[in-house]
Amino acid sequence: MAGPMRNNPANMGKKISLDKNQSKALKRLAAYIWKGYKFRFILVFLCIVVTSVVSAASASFVGSVFDKYISVLIGSANPDYSELVSAILRTGGIFLFGIIAILVQNLVMVFITQNIMKDVRDDMFSHMQTLPIRYFDTHTHGDIMSHYTNDTDTLRQMISQSIPQLMSSVITIVVYFCFMLFTNVWLTLFVLLFVGLTLMITGSVASKSGKHFMIQQQSLGKINGYIQEMISGQKVIKVFNHEEKTKENFDSLNDELCETAYKANKFVNILGPITGNLGHLQYVLIAVVGGILAIAGLPFAPSLGAIVSFLLYSKSFTMPINQVAQQASSIIMALAGAQRIFALMDEESETDEGYVTLVNAKYENDILTETPEHTGLWAWKHPHEDGTTTYTELKGEVRFFDADFAYVKGKTVLHDINLYAEPGQKVAFVGATGAGKTTITNLINRFYDLEDGKVRYDGINIKKIKKADLRRSLGVVLQDTNLFTGTVAENIRYSKPDATDDEVIAAAKLANAHGFISRLPKGYDTLLENNGANLSQGQRQLLSIARAAIADPPVMILDEATSSIDTRTEALVQRGMDALMKGRTVFVIAHRLSTVQNSDVIMVLEKGRIIERGSHDELIEKKGKYYELYTGDTELD
Amino acid sequence: MIRKLSKSVREYKLASLLSPLFIAGEVAMEVIIPLILAELINQGINFKNAEGVIVGNQANLIKYGLILVACCIISMLFGTLAGDFAAKASTGFAHNLREDMFYAVQNYSFKNIDKFSTASLITRMTTDVTNLQNAYQMLIRIAIRSPLMIIFSLSMAVYIHPQMGLIFLCVLPVLVAGLLLIMKFAFPLFEKMFRIYDTLNRVVQENLRGVRVVKSFVSEDAEREKFHSVSGEIYSIATKAETIVAFNAPLMQGVVFTCMLLVSYIGARLIVGSGGTALSEGELTSMFTYTMQILMNFMMLSMVFIMLIMSRASGRRIVEVLSEVPDLKNCDSPEKEIEDGSIRFENVSFSYSADAEKLCLSGVNIDIKSGETVGIIGSTGSSKSTLVSLIPRLYDTTSGTVYVGGKDVRDYDLTVLRDAVSMVLQKNVLFSGTIRENLLWGNENATDEEIRHACKLACADEFISTFPEGYDTYIEEGGTNVSGGQKQRLCIARALLKSPKILILDDSTSAVDTATDASIREAMASFIPSTTKIIIAQRISSVEFADKIIVLDEGEISAVGTHEELLETSDIYKEVYTSQQKGGLK
Repeated sequence: MAGPMRNNPANMGKKISLDKNQSKALKRLAAYIWKGYKFRFILVFLCIVVTSVVSAASASFVGSVFDKYISVLIGSANPDYSELVSAILRTGGIFLFGIIAILVQNLVMVFITQNIMKDVRDDMFSHMQTLPIRYFDTHTHGDIMSHYTNDTDTLRQMISQSIPQLMSSVITIVVYFCFMLFTNVWLTLFVLLFVGLTLMITGSVASKSGKHFMIQQQSLGKINGYIQEMISGQKVIKVFNHEEKTKENFDSLNDELCETAYKANKFVNILGPITGNLGHLQYVLIAVVGGILAIAGLPFAPSLGAIVSFLLYSKSFTMPINQVAQQASSIIMALAGAQRIFALMDEESETDEGYVTLVNAKYENDILTETPEHTGLWAWKHPHEDGTTTYTELKGEVRFFDADFAYVKGKTVLHDINLYAEPGQKVAFVGATGAGKTTITNLINRFYDLEDGKVRYDGINIKKIKKADLRRSLGVVLQDTNLFTGTVAENIRYSKPDATDDEVIAAAKLANAHGFISRLPKGYDTLLENNGANLSQGQRQLLSIARAAIADPPVMILDEATSSIDTRTEALVQRGMDALMKGRTVFVIAHRLSTVQNSDVIMVLEKGRIIERGSHDELIEKKGKYYELYTGDTELD
Repeated sequence: MIRKLSKSVREYKLASLLSPLFIAGEVAMEVIIPLILAELINQGINFKNAEGVIVGNQANLIKYGLILVACCIISMLFGTLAGDFAAKASTGFAHNLREDMFYAVQNYSFKNIDKFSTASLITRMTTDVTNLQNAYQMLIRIAIRSPLMIIFSLSMAVYIHPQMGLIFLCVLPVLVAGLLLIMKFAFPLFEKMFRIYDTLNRVVQENLRGVRVVKSFVSEDAEREKFHSVSGEIYSIATKAETIVAFNAPLMQGVVFTCMLLVSYIGARLIVGSGGTALSEGELTSMFTYTMQILMNFMMLSMVFIMLIMSRASGRRIVEVLSEVPDLKNCDSPEKEIEDGSIRFENVSFSYSADAEKLCLSGVNIDIKSGETVGIIGSTGSSKSTLVSLIPRLYDTTSGTVYVGGKDVRDYDLTVLRDAVSMVLQKNVLFSGTIRENLLWGNENATDEEIRHACKLACADEFISTFPEGYDTYIEEGGTNVSGGQKQRLCIARALLKSPKILILDDSTSAVDTATDASIREAMASFIPSTTKIIIAQRISSVEFADKIIVLDEGEISAVGTHEELLETSDIYKEVYTSQQKGGLK
């Protein structure tokens, strides 16, 4: 269901040439096609050749009707049409062959395109799952999404349409050129001359159009930005009675866009009539020139039938020439998309040099041993170089030794972090936005790696622990709850897909979520969509607590939600959090001071350093930064 | 829908009409050209002398040649003009649509704005308008051109030889049936495919948004599986749909070839049988041209048809914006003068939607004298913001009346009312531009002196003067380059510049430290004593000194009084107070 052939004006008039990266992408794409679909692609190529030849044959057939049959039969009193009929049948056969070739070509192309699309999508997503958090933090979701939508779509168009079309155009041009040359040399020369002239004219119009399109894009960007900003602030506009002023500014931008859009579209619009009518002109001139040549009886002069065929050839020869430029530029544009897709696929995966794994364990004669069944007791399995293996019980002790960290090399954001969390302790981080609270927790689960220093988990350097196992041993409740489309139960089960229904309910009860879930129309089978849009903010938080609870990890990282929720649910959330924290090592990133008071230790962070540490009472006693924050003399966020 | 949209054509009606007119001219030329070309072949190349031998005629050749060249030039002229007018008409139409929508939104009340999400309004004004612009251009060009071309070519074919015209009558239904069949089978599949595309995008989006959850819970493999199953679904449906569409080109080609063969055979027989009187060789050549023209335009028409169907959704979304009726209007003879800043709520109830079961506000009665300072305290969801938004008539009450300066707010001119009532919204926005430009929103004629004064009152001058460019510092969109507290102070200064009779601060100092908060309060008490000040706050310390504090609970007034009175009488107030004083800091 492709739309009508649309000019791609933004690209028109640009020089058609590939830069280094584009030709690399082209080669890689070609390799993609060649590797998986070599024979199919050759088949497509053959079909295109057949199609072009058949369509050329149709033009020559029309000429032969005049030359071979009509002019021969016209004199005879009792014309015998049998030869004409058999010629028609013969041509019909050729045509049928051509039609079959088109069909085969299309069907095989569908197969190739769709398979490549699936491969590209799957590869892209699979690879994306291996990328480090850094990638997601440094690329906007919009940009990443566009690889799956726009870029994949341009790639599809390029493979399924532009490439076959370009091939067909080139073959057609060559075929008709030969036909023309065989029919008449003089007229061929004339056509070449005329085509050159046409290309010059259209080229200059196209370059004008391209220029105006660039300007139009700018005006469009300006007005879209304005609309975006004003509509977002619409309520402020109303409060300040600023409607008229806003309209005025809008009008001037809108007028500007209208003017530039008009110019840009004008040149695109007139390109069609110009090429079309130059084509007519060429047609007429060939007839006239051919006729004069024929009448004058010059050497190499064409016959009448030859002129008629030649007219059709010339039309078929000129049409693809006008299209080649367009197809080539759309391929170049699609290559940019392919390049972006390949760039994603080339992103370096998260490395994992860890070898310490988490296993089920039990005590046998007071010795910790590995066991296949689920015991609720976990151990770190630590193979050593000398071939021995030791087991350490998973307890949840976390220590930082002189940890430094920088997101960008040279710009250290955490300095000399030392901290010690014993199993079951609650450690709270307090500080202004950007002080480094979240960053510290990102180091524990190795979303990011330390620049310098060491983090030990149950005495093991976390670099030695397999990332998947490390993260499995850490539960997380994030500031923004992210729920997935699916039922409530599926969402709770997210961290432990094999959890039984009873475990799900138990986790929900622990998180204080069971109450509201039971009141939902379908209880645990209620479908959540759009990040749980049908739930309140507080309910979403309760679910994310339940989700963390079900895996029963020894260490929890809790990033408090900043958004306000109603008081009653907030109390529920707080109780859920408290229940979750019981018996675990917990790191809390606090946005409200009321929730940190019962922590074993509070770390006050400022500009990436721990500037104060101690219990609530100790810190109040100290009358330092924490005291200022607590009494409201300093802005927290 | 079409009637509503066509109202936006306005001054571009002429261009919209001229474009099809010139297209008709161009089409006429394009149809005549093959006809004259036939004459050129008959009278020029094929000219027979008295003995019936083809000798050609140079004079005729040149005569018809010149006529044809003239036709081509006229045709090109028509085509160019048509393209020009079409560009003018379609971009003008888009211009007016955008303007109409933007103006409509400016007239929206808060209720209307709440109905559409910001993102959807923006899409409607940008992407949807562009879609309609393209559709409109297509409509006045190709949707006119193709049918005309078909009609002209068909009638020419019939004119040349009626029986040969019959060929098309036989072939076209086959083509139409074939195309319809393809559409009938492919359309539902494509629709299904687009829905699954949405699912695919959703999976990726949720994965991106929740990437920390995915990694924390080590569920990359489950996510992969989820994605693969969706992409597999797309694969099978897209393959099916595209396979059906793959028959499109062969069908078209088949029809073209069939026509050619039929025209050749019948044409040859006619020429030979009649000795060239029923049909000349030149006419046969024209016949081929018409054949191609008819079929090509048929194809174009079917594609335009599909495109128009696709742009229907955009049209519908735009019409929704245009036909939304603003639910707040000035009364017939609005009051232009506001006496003072006194406020009275009389039995006010309010809900955001008419069918809501629970009222946001119910039975609210308040009396505020001009110049008083009033604090409002209450938990989230107790409708504090809702209550104050009734004062500048951002919403109309569901029942009951709000009086400002002794008169019903509905009796005032909206502009006058909102000029007198300055409100600092909870979700406040600064616009891209310098600090000065932002402040001028409050009063566009404010002098530098006045601006500085307002900023001093709002404790904003102190940080603005530390910026190297001072009041000319550029604020990024959304005010991202100033801190939360600074942004709030700028918003307060902006509101102060209106010199309002009533000033409402809706939780506007939450990010400001307590010391600054206090000095803002003091400044307001001493410099704008006659202005009624309403302060919504979370911190008791922000409202402690108010003449009157209103405690809201679930949309009802639970208590009113001074700080001391409320500590005695209101449990809620006392609870909030003690929770904020916990730790025995005093």
